[in-house]
Amino acid sequence: MLYAILCYHDEHAVCAWSREQDDAVMQKLAVVQERLAREGRLGPVARLMPTTAATTLRKDREPPLVVDGPFAETKEQLLGFYLVEVAGLEEALAIAKELGAANPGGSYELRPVANFFDAKAAAP
Amino acid sequence: MSDLDWIEQALTGARPVAVAALLRYFRNLDTAEEAFQEACLRALASWPKNGPPRDTAAWLILVGRNAGVDAARKRSRLEALPDEERLSDLEDAESALAERLDGSQYRDDILRLLFICCHPDLPRTQQIALALRIVSGLPVARIAHAFLVGESAMEQRITRAKGRVAKAAVPFEAPGPAERTERLAAVAAMLYLVFNEGYSAGYDQTAARAPLCDEAIRLVRLLQKIFPGEPEIMGLAALMLLQHARTAARFDAHGAVVLLEDQDRAAWDRGMIGEGLALLDKAMRHNRPGPYQIQAAVAALHARAATAAETDWPQIDHLYASLERMQPSPVVTLNRAVAVFKARGPADALALIAPLEKDLAGYFYFHGARGAFLNELGRREEARVSFDRAIALAGTAAEAAFIRMQLDGLGEGGARVAG
Repeated sequence: MLYAILCYHDEHAVCAWSREQDDAVMQKLAVVQERLAREGRLGPVARLMPTTAATTLRKDREPPLVVDGPFAETKEQLLGFYLVEVAGLEEALAIAKELGAANPGGSYELRPVANFFDAKAAAP
Repeated sequence: MSDLDWIEQALTGARPVAVAALLRYFRNLDTAEEAFQEACLRALASWPKNGPPRDTAAWLILVGRNAGVDAARKRSRLEALPDEERLSDLEDAESALAERLDGSQYRDDILRLLFICCHPDLPRTQQIALALRIVSGLPVARIAHAFLVGESAMEQRITRAKGRVAKAAVPFEAPGPAERTERLAAVAAMLYLVFNEGYSAGYDQTAARAPLCDEAIRLVRLLQKIFPGEPEIMGLAALMLLQHARTAARFDAHGAVVLLEDQDRAAWDRGMIGEGLALLDKAMRHNRPGPYQIQAAVAALHARAATAAETDWPQIDHLYASLERMQPSPVVTLNRAVAVFKARGPADALALIAPLEKDLAGYFYFHGARGAFLNELGRREEARVSFDRAIALAGTAAEAAFIRMQLDGLGEGGARVAG
């Protein structure tokens, strides 16, 4: 089954990383990611730009309202996500722990994926 | 990453917010800084044992505030507050404070802290040094290194600057909307100064000054977070990112300046460019153009051109013309002249800068550009005079070397304009 690993961290702390610190974290993550990819367990991975680049469309009204900034002001922000193909929660947690060892601080939220549409696979 | 590494990062990340709030509480920069230092020491002792608090900034503010009050009470021989072991477990107090922090006061705190650093009585370098020391928390040694002065000289400079702002009596009440807008503009200008101080460094200083660009970007992001709907702040962030993206391509292996048109565009940082373009898109949606957005739009046209030859010079000319109307300045006209040169040729460009001679007589780029235009028109002797003048005014060895290269090339045609 597919699990999403949603990465939350304090943006102020991540944005304070020096380039070297950032590169070091990314390199450590790449080691884990490459292995998962070889094992065929890794789906799409994304690192998001800071929430300062975010725009929110509030569609609970007509016409919808476009607002600058993230959907909610939170202490920690959604900064990226992984999709992993696993047998169940235990395996997803094991992967999350490994990623967490490479990139400490913040939290991962593990969410089972209900539906996944792979546009690439569906393309003619 | 060890415990200490992430704690250090968390402390660095929380610093502007925490010092800003402590400043509101103590109304004195030194006391606020001391209280923050004390809170950091306690964090280093407590977090590895107890784990990090949920909201690091709120924890630091609470502990720093209590430590500051505690110190004041000790001085006045009153009884002490509970120790930090008990304080750090006060979940309720922490969340109550965090809630207060979410309000507009927190926004004004940070703005005030930044605004204090851009006091008009302070010379530019002192504004920058003060912001880097107090808001970013860069060590004095690193700031001194960036400004090529000794550590004790920089320490003195910062102390003097602090003394000056202490006397300035910045009001601590929440500012009204007009005043808030004014402060925001002053702070934005100061942050762009910090950025330019890093960006305009010569090759040999790039390593020492690059952190200034990173800090400016970090602070403008912070500003953007607390003022999410301000298109000029988005524009400033975009401008910084789009310019900083070119850093790796701006000097060759020998430290010589590489012109924008000769830069290896593959060496530009695509991540920063992507974020810069996204921010500019967001800003333009507001239909409230301003100088930072226009300059960012110019940088975006460069970033979007796959090769130098594909640059949309007529559009850049047009953008600089709007900037001239909005913010008339000989330097803007000079920049526009470069676009005019590319779009319409050297005769038009030369005519455009002719009236600037008096204002820009002491400006390196003016003589460099003038020399290039003259050379293109085949007026080689006049070009030589301009280039000589530019060399005499060059601020860095790389700038002078670049003009010398142009002088060597006189007579071969194809002189180019620095930009």
